[in-house]
Amino acid sequence: MPMSQPDLEAALRDGFPDAEIEITDLAGDGDHYKARIVSSAFKGLPRVRQHQLVYAALKGRMGGELHALALETSAPA
Amino acid sequence: MTDTATQNPVHDWIAKSVAEHPVILFMKGEPEQPRCGFSAVTVQILDHLGVEFVGVDVLQSEPLREGIKTFSDWPTIPQLYVKGEFVGGCDIVKEMFQSGELKTMLEEQGLLTA
Repeated sequence: MPMSQPDLEAALRDGFPDAEIEITDLAGDGDHYKARIVSSAFKGLPRVRQHQLVYAALKGRMGGELHALALETSAPA
Repeated sequence: MTDTATQNPVHDWIAKSVAEHPVILFMKGEPEQPRCGFSAVTVQILDHLGVEFVGVDVLQSEPLREGIKTFSDWPTIPQLYVKGEFVGGCDIVKEMFQSGELKTMLEEQGLLTA
């Protein structure tokens, strides 16, 4: 059950309104994405917590609808 | 969650396993034969560092495959635990390996000789 890139981007925009978001479709199959997210929400958080925030924004679709999402998260410098 | 009725026996089993094994990887397939690219990469990193670890194949048990996700509040597999702490999935392990952070952490925990 792939998830379209606009759907993914919309979900991430909702979760991180201030963020700089860059999504790459790694395999061209709508199922393997890479997202680079730079948001102040990540400031001071360990990486596990940063990624958990992203998964929370995806509301359970990660691991189900969305098989693979490589994440690169950081706070603005 | 102190109500014993809501306790998940799979969570108990996972808690016991991560307490017993200093480095444990919940993965798809066996370390010798991973059945997912993300699990394979994580195994390669651990092998490259030369750290001893226990691999648990979550594909052998549907309750375990689901339970590990709720245990750590992490929706994907693989999941690496060091000394009972959840370290991360493939992306985080890879990033920590590339920065040298993973090796330093394992050395500090006495799991690798410097």
